[in-house]
Amino acid sequence: MTNRTTGPDRPRVVVAMSGGVDSSVAAALLVERGYDVTGMMMRLWSEDCGEGGSNRCCTPGQMADARRIASQLGIPFYVIDTQDVFRQTIVQFFIDRYAAGETPNPCLECNRHIRFEWLLNHALALGADYLATGHYARTERALDGRVRLLAGLDRGKDQSYVLSVLTQDKLRHALFPVGDFTKPEVRALAGKFGLPVAHKHDSQDLCFLADGDYRRFLAQHAPDAVRPGPIRTRDGRELGRHTGLPNYTIGQRKGLGISAPEPLYVLETDAAHNALIVGTRDELGNAGLVAGRVNWVSGEAPAGPFRADVKIRYKARPAPASVTPLPDDRVRVRFDAPQRDITPGQGAVFYEGDECLGGGIIARAEADPA
Amino acid sequence: MRRIYLDHSATTPLDPRVLDAMAPYFSEIYGNSMAVHHFGREAEHALETARETVARLFNCAPGEIVFTSGGTESDNIALRGLAQHARLTDRPFTIVTSPVEHEAISATARQLRDVLGAALRIVPVDHFGRVDPDDLRATLQNLPANGIALVTLIDTNNEVGSRNPIPALAAIAHEHGALFHTDAVQAAGQFALDVQQLGVDMLSISSHKFYGPKGAGALFVRQGIDLVTSQTGASHEDHRRAGTHNVPGIVGTARALELARAELPETTRRLTALRNRLIEGALERVTDTQLTGHPTDRLPGHASLVFKNVESNLLLMHLDQRGIAASSGSACKVGDPQPSPILEALGYGPEWTRGGLRLTLGHSTTDEDIDAVLAALPDAIAQIRRITAHA
Repeated sequence: MTNRTTGPDRPRVVVAMSGGVDSSVAAALLVERGYDVTGMMMRLWSEDCGEGGSNRCCTPGQMADARRIASQLGIPFYVIDTQDVFRQTIVQFFIDRYAAGETPNPCLECNRHIRFEWLLNHALALGADYLATGHYARTERALDGRVRLLAGLDRGKDQSYVLSVLTQDKLRHALFPVGDFTKPEVRALAGKFGLPVAHKHDSQDLCFLADGDYRRFLAQHAPDAVRPGPIRTRDGRELGRHTGLPNYTIGQRKGLGISAPEPLYVLETDAAHNALIVGTRDELGNAGLVAGRVNWVSGEAPAGPFRADVKIRYKARPAPASVTPLPDDRVRVRFDAPQRDITPGQGAVFYEGDECLGGGIIARAEADPA
Repeated sequence: MRRIYLDHSATTPLDPRVLDAMAPYFSEIYGNSMAVHHFGREAEHALETARETVARLFNCAPGEIVFTSGGTESDNIALRGLAQHARLTDRPFTIVTSPVEHEAISATARQLRDVLGAALRIVPVDHFGRVDPDDLRATLQNLPANGIALVTLIDTNNEVGSRNPIPALAAIAHEHGALFHTDAVQAAGQFALDVQQLGVDMLSISSHKFYGPKGAGALFVRQGIDLVTSQTGASHEDHRRAGTHNVPGIVGTARALELARAELPETTRRLTALRNRLIEGALERVTDTQLTGHPTDRLPGHASLVFKNVESNLLLMHLDQRGIAASSGSACKVGDPQPSPILEALGYGPEWTRGGLRLTLGHSTTDEDIDAVLAALPDAIAQIRRITAHA
């Protein structure tokens, strides 16, 4: 990929541009390497400039930035309307999973259904060979033709977690040009390319929120998902009332509004009874989990149990564990040491060293070894 | 990649002969037309010569031509000027317009309603986007006594290319004591406009639509119509538009109009043939496609189509990637396309109104360009329909 390609048969690549540093540098690197580059931005549904906005052509700053950068790089730039599909799949999913008592990670679903499905299809229809993004991850083509997904070189910025949903037919077309660099290097590259983004902050996770406050968002857009209910112990004692299950996270101690002889922590949610289950520090933590909707990056489930480092959140440290494939795209994970905040709805992603083997969505934590 | 420009209704390149005519007025002849001295007289001479040329081509008196910064300003002066005159004379003001006007008219009309209390009446259009004289007659019933009414109807529609029957419509306006303005921004240069034959009281043009410079245009205002200027200042343009004259732009406007008029028969013949081949070819090669606007009574170089269940934004992107520059009434640079209000007014359903495509031909357009479009279009449409069908 470092060889400069020239001539009329240059590989064509669509870069998903956000106006931020990473995707801008990704685009600049591809231009420098001689690809035939087209910039594309998805107009996603978001609260502040979606439906009801009085100005149909409202131009959020990010869009203007991306357009300006594309023009500076001399590449075409298009914005495609992704509002309906994004709202119907990602935003609705976000609401539904919270209503079911989970803590969803919409970025995983966006990469699964939007970026590497909807946008990739648009790129391919436009005659592109590749879709590039500004993710900190790497790919490596193995001798058998399979594409391996590797963590970004900058482990602190690694985003392979949210790409664990990708299958071979997506990865074959995926380029992650900034994955070979550290964030400081990427900022330096932005400076070198003269991109006016070198000092911008990283973007936030939930792009469709007007203010980054998902609790307010749910209260406003899905009030049924945020209903007050009982706070109980595992043995059924009611200690107080909660303001709505989405307002709490597993492992949370502060803000429960109950007084008890020893500190209490959120252990889990009981969506069927709209109850928040709390307990002592001793009760916190689980030895394992079961995850569903598992994707194996290689395209094949391992034949039997294997050892892996497992991340249970985007920012969690990988923890050593044994992973056992189960029928119906599920796995059972046993950690060597109990994990405090196994949260249904989040991804459990499996690594062997640098390599991301795949991942699933946590269905439930399990206390005892099976 | 060879690039094919088929967006001449958006703008045209400056004709080199127009540039030649303008060139001295950027440097050697730079005086202010209002100045008393030699330099001022030189500029004034150029200005008034240009005015005479434009007046001759439109068959009106030089004093009836107001030079402006373009079509939007011309429309604004016409509507605002009359509305403010009505206000000053304390008479009720009524604007009668159609749902398929350019925003320079529709947005101005709405603002005059909101700010100055003008009454707004909308006359419907037919499936081609034209106003039926009987509908206008019906809309003009019961105008306020002692009021001022202005009928403003577009001469030739920018999105679907149809021509309104302006002489008949203007006559009906006059029968009801109303004044008549037309936005002829698309028509100027492509039709031989004669304001006497048209019977209009005001008419807007924009120079860059006929190979003239951007930032220049004109408004014909029939002698005796009182307009109260919006842009206040010195006495330029007989108090109808203050501001130092854009002499190069005005000279360019006259020269461009002169050239367009001289070459009109040949241009019309050539562009009509190319346009017909483009329309017929597209209808033949792409399924679920319709021509929008009138099949014959339309701009010579204007082909407008709708494709069922196609989003124009994507189509423009696919065509651009193949080197073809086109436009649409519903596309939007920031990815928030809305159904075209014009296609909605023409009665198209939601499966059509996001799928408009406008290909507008001009001087540079060749037979090979049409071949290239007819080769690219079916494939682009097929790609888009395939990918969005299962989304």
